[in-house]
Parts: sequence; structure tokens; C-alpha cells
Amino acid sequence: MDILSVALPALSDAAGLILQPVVLGYLVLGVVMGLCIGVFPGLGGIAGLSLLLPFMFGMDPILGLALMIGMVAVVPTSDTFASVLMGIPGSSASQATVLDGFPMAKKGEAARALSAAFASSLFGGLVGASFLTLFILAARPIVLEFRTPELLMITIFGLSMVGILAGRVALKGLVAAGLGMLVGVIGEGAFEGELRMIPRDWIYADSGSLQFGIYQYLGDGLKLVIVGLGIFAIPEIVALLRQDRAISERAVLGGGWASGVRDWFANIWLSVRCSIIGVVVGVIPGLGGSVVDWIAYGHSVQTTKDKSRFGSGEIRGVIGPESSNNAKEGGGLVPTLLFGIPGSGSMAVFIGAIALLGSGNIEVGPSMLKNNLDVTYAIVWLLALANVVGTLICIAASGGIARLTTIPFSLLAPFLFMIISFAAFQSGQNLMDLVALFGIGLLGILMRRFDWSRPAFLIGFVLSTPAENYANQAVQIAQSRFRDSFGEGLEYIFSPIVIVLIVITVISVVVGLRQAKQIMAEGAVESGRKRAPLIFLLAVLAFLGTAFLNAAAIPDYAWRDQVFPYFVAGISILGALVLLVQMMVRPETHALFADREAGNSEGNTHGLWSTLGWFAGLLVLTALLGFILALAIFLFAFIRFRAGKSLGFAAIYAAAGIGFMCLMAGLLNRDFPPGLLQSYVDLPWPLT
Amino acid sequence: MTLIATTRRVAFSLVAAAAATFATQASAGGHGIDLSGKTVEWVIPFSETGGSAKWANFYAPLLSEALPGSPTVVVKFMPGAGSTKGANWFQQQNYDDGTLIFGSSGSTQFPYLLGDPRVRYEYGDWNVVLASGTGGVAYLPPDLAAQMDGLDASGLRDTDFIYGSQGATRLDLVPLLAWEMLGLNVEPVFGIKGRGDGRLMFERGEANIDYQTSSSFLKGVTPLVEAGTAVPMMSWGALDADGDIVRDPTFPDMPTFKEVCEATDGCETSGEQWDAWKAFFVAGFPAQKMVFLPAGASADAMVTYTAAFEAIKTRADFAEISAGRLGVYPQMTGDEAAGALQSATQVPESAKAFVVGWLKDRYGVSLN
Repeated sequence: MDILSVALPALSDAAGLILQPVVLGYLVLGVVMGLCIGVFPGLGGIAGLSLLLPFMFGMDPILGLALMIGMVAVVPTSDTFASVLMGIPGSSASQATVLDGFPMAKKGEAARALSAAFASSLFGGLVGASFLTLFILAARPIVLEFRTPELLMITIFGLSMVGILAGRVALKGLVAAGLGMLVGVIGEGAFEGELRMIPRDWIYADSGSLQFGIYQYLGDGLKLVIVGLGIFAIPEIVALLRQDRAISERAVLGGGWASGVRDWFANIWLSVRCSIIGVVVGVIPGLGGSVVDWIAYGHSVQTTKDKSRFGSGEIRGVIGPESSNNAKEGGGLVPTLLFGIPGSGSMAVFIGAIALLGSGNIEVGPSMLKNNLDVTYAIVWLLALANVVGTLICIAASGGIARLTTIPFSLLAPFLFMIISFAAFQSGQNLMDLVALFGIGLLGILMRRFDWSRPAFLIGFVLSTPAENYANQAVQIAQSRFRDSFGEGLEYIFSPIVIVLIVITVISVVVGLRQAKQIMAEGAVESGRKRAPLIFLLAVLAFLGTAFLNAAAIPDYAWRDQVFPYFVAGISILGALVLLVQMMVRPETHALFADREAGNSEGNTHGLWSTLGWFAGLLVLTALLGFILALAIFLFAFIRFRAGKSLGFAAIYAAAGIGFMCLMAGLLNRDFPPGLLQSYVDLPWPLT
Repeated sequence: MTLIATTRRVAFSLVAAAAATFATQASAGGHGIDLSGKTVEWVIPFSETGGSAKWANFYAPLLSEALPGSPTVVVKFMPGAGSTKGANWFQQQNYDDGTLIFGSSGSTQFPYLLGDPRVRYEYGDWNVVLASGTGGVAYLPPDLAAQMDGLDASGLRDTDFIYGSQGATRLDLVPLLAWEMLGLNVEPVFGIKGRGDGRLMFERGEANIDYQTSSSFLKGVTPLVEAGTAVPMMSWGALDADGDIVRDPTFPDMPTFKEVCEATDGCETSGEQWDAWKAFFVAGFPAQKMVFLPAGASADAMVTYTAAFEAIKTRADFAEISAGRLGVYPQMTGDEAAGALQSATQVPESAKAFVVGWLKDRYGVSLN
């Protein structure tokens, strides 16, 4: 009763917050952007949210949430277009939809498959939202009891999930997470202000020197926008660009919209069960989108009497995965909102974005449940609403959206690069942002190539700071309690909640490791020769070793800044060494040597380095000429030479791109990073 | 009748005095500058989420109205290296046409005072046009507050205190030194991101002493006081015209640290330690946030900006709109601002040396 008396007013407050024209307008805007992002294969919620991040600074919290939730909620709805129409998963959450959706499209039943998918998506989304409502109601009193040891334990629980994400080689996931954590500790320590991975001398370097510049940039650590975009968006864009084709050749939908909805209704219990699967899988941090559709697909196959039609156009093979992948967004918000632990890569970015909203008064986790319950419920309402709006738009505008898939990617890519660069340099507003983006992007490309878990890296990065801070604080407070009395100290550290969390963590690690081999988070990857994966491992090992030595060099009085990187680097080095030994022993066909470049399995028509060269060119030109001039040259040259369009087309494209950039910068009151040129000549805005 | 007459006379003379001051300044500086059609950039060396952002966002639209020609005023954020990055950048800017201003804060002042090697800026080069003050309040859980004997804090000396802190070299230096002077055994737990996190730690019962700046205290701790889970211990106080510490006008019923110190055996309100505390208190609170024009600013520009901030202060609704967002604190311009800058940035060598030594001995922090 007490629970309800707090929750019901908050629920109606939340409805009041949302039901304003301007909020609904932002929601629709977010939904439209999410639909577009979802249509393009490879771009999922992470890339979409990263692009929204720069706009979140100081935005009214409700408007920002409407935009973000609108986007996140509908990516699993619109990714169906690519899956069904051309057999490429629009995002990792709709891989299974391809199996039966694409054959249906080939038989001219695209519309039937799509409408069944949309109906399932809508239903799944609503199930997810209602589950989230109930879960918040039930868990809130427990979460409000959380103190530092509980927060530490839930962070460790989040980290333990990387074992599941790791895919076929669990150790690679562990090392990837360690790598993410060590990238996360770069900069000033939170306790004694010791510098990590930056030479201390650089603080004393000359004001204008490169060293002092790097210190000033890295001193506060790398920003989530840069890491998120670099690790996820850049590798996907580069990969698609190398394949260089339209996403789909044709966009014929055919008829049968009504029959698709009837199909869904005839299988409503399957939809219910798969939605529940989606929610439950979504709740587990780290598992998220990559596997939920496969589990639901497996369930659909198991529960169907006539299994013969699966793989050649069975409608149940569409309904199952599509019910689950929208429902998982609701489930994924459970750890995110309750504990501030990202349930998936996109939720990691979401957490960072909320911190920027409304001058930082809102922070996900227990404090939000306590102080901003109305905002918490607003998120739930927005989630449900976005699913409805997204489905309606998908059905109403399916012809137009389907045509989006016929745009050649080489026309889209420069635009995406432009947006990403702009988003990236919002964090430090100088050239260093682009350099960092390029560096992390390269790491992302290599991790994707050698099948190292990128979600594990990102979760490690995001949880690095909380893990370090909570651990140090819990130890310090516990020491003080133990000085009072032994019992009080024990009571503080081993509260019932902590013990339950420890048990859950241990169970999940054991089960996770056992299940991990069946889960291929990013699809199957062929194995190649030994040399390339080995070189990458050695490079990783070199970074880990540097981090270890760097931590070891931190003086004793600042041990609180030393322990965490020292420990993480040590464990990661052990993992990497075991991998190294395994690589020496195992044959080339082992999953250890996964290499996407092997045998050109992705149908690439362009080399990696020449494609990356375009982006490097943009970077170098920016250093010389400033961002806007460099961008104009980049856009023009790319469209003219890489995409092979006419001079006039390229000029118009470049002009439109520059115009769009200036509009954005104008709205946000931002300048563009200057280059060498600007230090000699005074140019008017936006060239400054 | 007499009362009203007196009030009117006082009001008239105030207006006359203000007009006279304005006239002398304006004539001394010439014509002032016209900013029609221009965009004033107000650089804040912090991120969009901090207190300085709130302060600048409060003033920006008012400044736009008050400046001649009503220019657009945009707040630009340049965070990094604990605000020294933005301040170093500002140091390299020269006065051009009066469209660049900079907002510094206590976090910019402290590294400057402590001789931090990252500091490449010199307050003496800049031209102050506004100084905004704030205050702070320390508070305790009710059971510990009950152990105080009136203003005498010596009853708290047997308690192990835990305090959630952002770092001993930051504004937290002021409360940490104050508690130490009272003889309290306070252990700072570092690694929190803002004072809001410190309050949460107090609310969870993990920390048992805390302080908040005035506006955060009003918003975050007053509900706790009303619920009986927190009791105010003391305010840091405010400065009167003679530079003496008096009760904080926002919390007139609360004793100041000076009063508590006087009543507590072993705490001295004179001598090296007290002078050092007071110097850093002044740098951190009564002159916490300042607005500067860059080096080489013309007298015209100074007059223009000073007049604009004075016009904002004398708005009929200023008290009303500022109370909630800035607290009831002096917003100083002209000579007052220059005086505030001086007291905030020209700390006696002995006070600096004391604090640097204390940080080294007590927390092992070495700034060089």
C-alpha cells in the first residue's frame, strides 16, 4: 500500500510531464530519427544516441528523454526493413528475423512479413514498458537501501556479464573489458589526483607545447561520446563503405498488410512468451540485443509442430524474434534506471546522456528513484508511446522508408562521418577530439576484425570509474567502521543485499561461461591465418604492460589512485598471456584466430586502409585548414571520386553538408576546430 | 510620516549617489562601447553541469538586455584540467572589441593560490567587472549535533567523522581545515563527483558530517533539517565592509565558524592557522565567482560592462529573481569587485605556505 501511495502520484505526474505538445513533438522527432538509423544496417542505438549526445547539454530533461527514448525504442522496429527486404540484419537485434523474413520477401510477401513484424514489435514494446513499471514499483524500496558496498557489488555484477558477451573465447572478452577499464582510468585519479597513462612531466611543459596540450586534453579522461562513436559507429560505417553497395536493390513490398496482422493475432501466445523472453534477457546486463532474437527464434522453432517451413518463410519465425527485440528495451532499462548499470552498449551511452540533461541534476540509479520518480516513470511512458508512434509511422510510411534502403552507402557515409566528427568535437572542442576519435575508431575496427567483444570494452570503460570509486570508498568507510567495532564493519560490508548480489554474480558467471559458447554476439566470424590476430594480441599486451608499469610508478602516498589500474592491468595481462600461449598451441582453424578479413567473407570491394585514408585525410586537412574548409574538400572529393558522381552533384552535396553543419553549430553556439591556417589569417565564422 | 519621509530621503540620496558614481565613471572612461549587432562570448572553464554554468546562464540574458546595443550573449563551456585549461586559454587572449568575457570560480582561484604547476594565468592581468559571493553551511546528524555544548564543539572530539570530499586541494580545503581547527577527527573519503554526492553519502548514513554551499543547502538539506535527520552546525559566515566575518545574511540564525571556534577550547581566532583559514575562505566563498575582461581591456569597455552589471543589480525584480538562484549575497561591481578580487587572489605568503605545508603533512599532497 505504501509503495502504491508513492508510485501512483508519480505515475500521474509523469503522464502530465509527457502529455504536452512539445514533448510529443520531440518524441516523434526521436522516433523518426530512430527509424532512419534502424533502417541502415550497422547503425544501431549506440551510434544514434552518440549522435544525439551533443544536443543534450543543458536541454530540458523531459525533451531530451523524449528524443532519446523515441530513438532507442524504435530501432528494433525499423531494423526489420533491412532484415526482411534484403537479408542483412538492420541491427544486431534482428539477425534471426532474416532467416524467415527474407525468404518471405523473395516470395513477394514482404508486406505480410513486415506487418506481422510491426505488430509483434508493438506488442513486445508495450509488454516491456509494463514490465518496467511493475519492476520499478517492486524494486524501489530495496534499491533505496543501497549504500556504497551494494553499489560496488552491483557494478561488479555488471562487469561479470562481459563473460557472457565474450562469445566463443571467454578470455578475449575479459581482456577486452580490462582494456576498456584501463582506457577509462586515463587521466587524473579521483583520489589523489595522480596522473594515469600521462607522463607527469607534461604538466610542467611549456604552455603552447604538444605535451601540455595532450595533458590538458587527457587529464579529465576520454569522453564517452568519443569512445562510443569510435568503438561502434566508425567500424560499422567503414565496413559498410568497403562493401560499397546500396543496402537493397529493390524495394517492392507487395500486399498483405492485413494478413500479417492476422498472422500475429493467430500467434499471440507465441508473441506473449517471446516478449517475456525479451524482457528477461534484456534485464541481464550485457546480454541485451545480440542474443535475444536467437533465443526467441529457438523458442519459436521448439514450440511449432510443423518445423519444416522454418528457414523458408515461416511467419512464426518473424513474430518470435520481433516480439522479443522490442521487449528487451524495456528490460534493458531495468538495470540502467535502477542501478545506473548499463544493460547494453546503447544504455551505456544513454546513462552518459542523462548526466548531461538538465544541468546534471538527474543521475540514473538509486538517487533518481528517490528524487526523480516522476522522471523515471516518464521514461516508461515515453517508451510505450514511442513504440506505438514508431509502429504507426512504419506502417504509414513503409514505402518511403523501404526506399531509403536503396540509397548507395557511399552517398550516406560522408554525411555520417561529418555528423560523427561534429558530435565528437563537442566534448573538448578542439582537434584533439578528432585525433582521439580516429585512434579509438582504429581500435574499434581492429576489435571488430578480430572478433574481440566491443560491448565488453564499452561496458568496461563505462564502469571503470564507478568500480574504482566505489571500491576505494567502501574500503575506506569500512576501515572506519571496523575501528569502531568489528561487528559494525562486517555488518556494513556484508549486508543481506550484498550477499544476495554476490550469489547472483557467481551464478551468472558460472551459467554465463557455460552458455557463452553458443552465443555469437556479433555473428559468426571465420578464422584466418595466425599472423594478424597474433600481432593485434601483442599490441594489446604492449598497452596492458605500459598501463601496468605506469600504475606501478605511482608513488606510495597516492596508493588509492594506483590499486585499481594496477589490479586490472595485472589480471588483463594474465588473460592476454594465456591467450598468447593458446595461440601458439592451437591450430589456425580455432575460433581464437577469428579474422573478418580472411577470405573476404564480407564481400569487400575496397581495402581497409584506403577507406580509412579518407577519414585520415579529413583529419589532416582539419589540422591544416580548420574543420569547415577541410569538410568542404572532403565531401566534394569523396562524392566526386569515391562515389563517382558528377562535379555538380558533388558541389551541391558539399554545400548542403556545410550548410547543415553551420546550422547545427549556430543552434548550439559552437565554433569549429581551427587549423594551422587560422593561426596566420583571421577568417570570419564559421571558418575561424 | 517622519518614517516615510526619512525613507524617501534615503532613497533619493541613494539614487543621487548612484547617479553621481555612474556619471563620474562614465565621464572618466569616455563614451563606453556599443555592442549592437555583436555576439558576446562568455567563456566558462567548466562543463555545462556545474554551479558556474548555472550562474552564467542566470546572468547571460540579463547582461544581453543591459549592455548597450543589446548584443547576443552566449555562454561557451571550455572544461578541462579543473578549470585551469580554460583559464590558461583566456590568459592568451588579448582585448579586441569587448566581445569576450571570462567567468572564474573558486576552483580557478585555489590552484592559482597554491602554486599549482598547471596554472599559466595571472589574475593581475585581467580586469574584473563583477564578483559574486556565496556561503556555506556545515551540518551533522542529530545524535552528534546533540553532543555539542551550545557553541562548544569539543564534545565531538571522540567521534570518527567520515566526510565525502572532492579533494583536499579544492574548496573542501575550507571545511577540512575548519574542522581540524576545532579538533575534530574528520576523515575525507575522496572520489565523489560533486557536493550532491556528498549529501547522498550523508543521507545514506555513510558520512556523518558534510557541508553544502548556500543554494544547495537551501534546496537539498533544508528538507532533511525539517525531517529531523540533519542539524546545521555552523555557517562559514560572510564578510562585512571592514573585512570581518559576520553572520551569513542567508542564514542569520546560524552561528558562524568564528563563533563556534571562539567557544571551543583550543581553537584560536587569531594567528597563523586562523589567518590561513580566513584567507582561503575569502578566496573560496565571498568572492567565489568573478567576471573578467581580458588583458588590455579599454577603460571604455570596463565602464560599459560595469554599468551593465550595475543596471542588472538595480533591476526592480533582481532581489526576487536572484534569491532562488544565487542566494542573498553581494554582487559586487566597480571598486568593490576590484577589492574582492584583491582579497581573493592576493593571499599573504604565510597563509599560502601554511596551507601548502598542511596539505603535505595531513594528506600527503604535493603540488610541485
